[in-house]
Amino acid sequence: MTTYTTTYRNALRDAMSEEIRRDEKVYLMGEEVAEYNGAYKCSQGMWEEFGDKRVIDTPITEYGFTGLAVGSAMKGLRPIVEFMSWDFSMQACDHIINSAAKTKYMSGGVVDCPIVFRGQNAASGRVAAQHSQDFAGWYANIPGLKVIAPANAHDAKGLLKAAIRDDAPVIFLEHEKLYGMENEMPTDLDFTVEIGKAATVKEGTDVSIIAYSYSVETAKEVAKNLEKDGISAEVIDLRTISPLDETAILDSVKKTSRAVFIQEAWAYASVGDSVASLIQSKAFDHLDAPVEVFSGERTPMPYAANLEELALPQVDKIVEKIKTMVK
Amino acid sequence: MNAQNIEQFKSEYSTEQLIEVYRQMLRFRRMSEKTAQMYQQGLIGGFCHLYTGQEAVLAGTFAECEKGDDHITSYRCHAHALACGVDEKEVLAELTGRATGISKGKGGSMHMFAPDKGYWGGHGIVGAQVPLGTGMAFYHKYMGNQNICVTSYGDGAANQGQIFEAMNMASLWGLPVLYVVENNVYGMGTAAKRVCAGELHQRGAAFGIEGEKVDGQDFFTVAEAVKRARKYILENKRPYIIEMDTYRYRGHSMSDPAKYRSKEEVQAVKENRDPLIRIYDCLVDERGVKESELKEIDNIVKANLKESVDFAVNSPLPDAAELMTDIMPK
Ligand SMILES: Cc1ncc(C[n+]2csc(CCOP(=O)(O)OP(=O)(O)O)c2C)c(N)n1
Ligand SMILES: [Mg+2]
Repeated sequence: MTTYTTTYRNALRDAMSEEIRRDEKVYLMGEEVAEYNGAYKCSQGMWEEFGDKRVIDTPITEYGFTGLAVGSAMKGLRPIVEFMSWDFSMQACDHIINSAAKTKYMSGGVVDCPIVFRGQNAASGRVAAQHSQDFAGWYANIPGLKVIAPANAHDAKGLLKAAIRDDAPVIFLEHEKLYGMENEMPTDLDFTVEIGKAATVKEGTDVSIIAYSYSVETAKEVAKNLEKDGISAEVIDLRTISPLDETAILDSVKKTSRAVFIQEAWAYASVGDSVASLIQSKAFDHLDAPVEVFSGERTPMPYAANLEELALPQVDKIVEKIKTMVK
Repeated sequence: MNAQNIEQFKSEYSTEQLIEVYRQMLRFRRMSEKTAQMYQQGLIGGFCHLYTGQEAVLAGTFAECEKGDDHITSYRCHAHALACGVDEKEVLAELTGRATGISKGKGGSMHMFAPDKGYWGGHGIVGAQVPLGTGMAFYHKYMGNQNICVTSYGDGAANQGQIFEAMNMASLWGLPVLYVVENNVYGMGTAAKRVCAGELHQRGAAFGIEGEKVDGQDFFTVAEAVKRARKYILENKRPYIIEMDTYRYRGHSMSDPAKYRSKEEVQAVKENRDPLIRIYDCLVDERGVKESELKEIDNIVKANLKESVDFAVNSPLPDAAELMTDIMPK
């Protein structure tokens, strides 16, 4: 198997370009995606290669262009819609939820909507309350949507290709702090990562740390710190948030007897709380401690550097808590 | 765009074709009336939006559309389903929440679809069908098809911001979409004039989209306008707006006693501007069709309808296992 190494950002670009070359129905649409190469440069060079038909700059009208893309998907095209930031999807979530997610069911199964909504999600750093929210739980709540949040460049490419090939509407959550991360991945044009499968990033025996997206980096750092105290942590990267890989989570917890979840999102009604509830109802007898969920503080994201740091899950606090759980 | 001489346009329709138009409009009317009854009997639940009074809009539009064109509308969608060629039985079975319904009983009154017939619903969020329909026109352009998407919405929906967003893109990208504003004078209970500034057919002007307002109660006027509009859209690669001046006889949905308008107002439209009476009079007075022949058509429409109702009410409810199917593609 031949491989190459590239960044998360370019992996996304490669995934989209390969799929646009492969399938004439695939196109990319969004603000600044064409001539400007994307607000985060995730579509670098694509407009040059594919032109106006396949890589389309939209006006700044999230509600309108999302509805338009959904309509074209119902007819059989396979749009990739970029939200410059997932915060802006609030203007479009009517079409994501009421049109894209529900129409298959409402039509008794005859209308499909093969579409990918992708873009930067959660806290990229110092952009304050209206550009920092983690929407994983919001969209994971909706039947009819798949929700993916890759934590490395390899998965970003494999999962985005899988999402584009999937016939369901897919929410694809990227993270700005990961855009520069480099990883090795296959060059094979049919390389995909299966949707709905978590990955064990690091094996361990004392505690399972479960996370998605950038929080996997936090989890890895926590695990490294715990090693110094002789605590062996297993790190599970959900990769897909909906459908959830329950088996991977439960198998790990049954082995370690302790579970911790890390997320940037607010705790109340979140993915972390749902996973904690799952573990407590399906692996209760295996637990040696209550499941702990570390989340963003329940406040709009502050701008000041010190406050922002305090608002997000902190490695030290998590390490301290786990030490008390394992004792 | 200049309207063609309406008398000349009329002469392009054979008497047989007009009888068929009459039959279609009668089917819309009789089914609407029947569903009102069924609603009162408790056979139909939830919301139920009737189409009585607006029949010429649909009949005229469909008379001048071609195979391959797409149609999308709001929740006031039962007659649209028939117009697209969906079996009346499947519509009534859906309304009664049966397994044999067009959406297997999962969509209901507001959500019916038949993609193979160019029928795309059936949408319950006011205005949402407009960007969707614009996206269907985007598909036709993308594929290089000579087809349009007829995107219908109401006077109330016309104030939705997403419509302006869609029109901007439709104009910018030259999408083959015909916007049909069914101005039936009211939203739910709010008169259009109390919430709409300016003229609805001119709402695309800022984007360079032309439009016109026509008498939506007259089959020929509607058909002539749609014929011209369709040709214009495909030849010029431009969207177009037709505002249909129409009227709904019944309340907004079945629970609406319609206290915001007078009985006289409704009666005046029924007497002077009824779309069925107009086509009926044309057939009898101008084409020499016997009234007994038209009566016979009505009898057949009613007999078929009765059969469809029987089919619906005797169909089984959806299987409990259907609850969790059709959520995700396989
Ligand atoms: C976004 C949204 N807001 C409000 C409603 C409730 N509602 C349903 S129909 C309607 C009136 C719409 O009137 P109009 O567009 O004129 O269509 P008509 O019913 O007259 O055909 C309203 C307010 C809704 N379904 N969706
Ligand atoms: Mg109205």
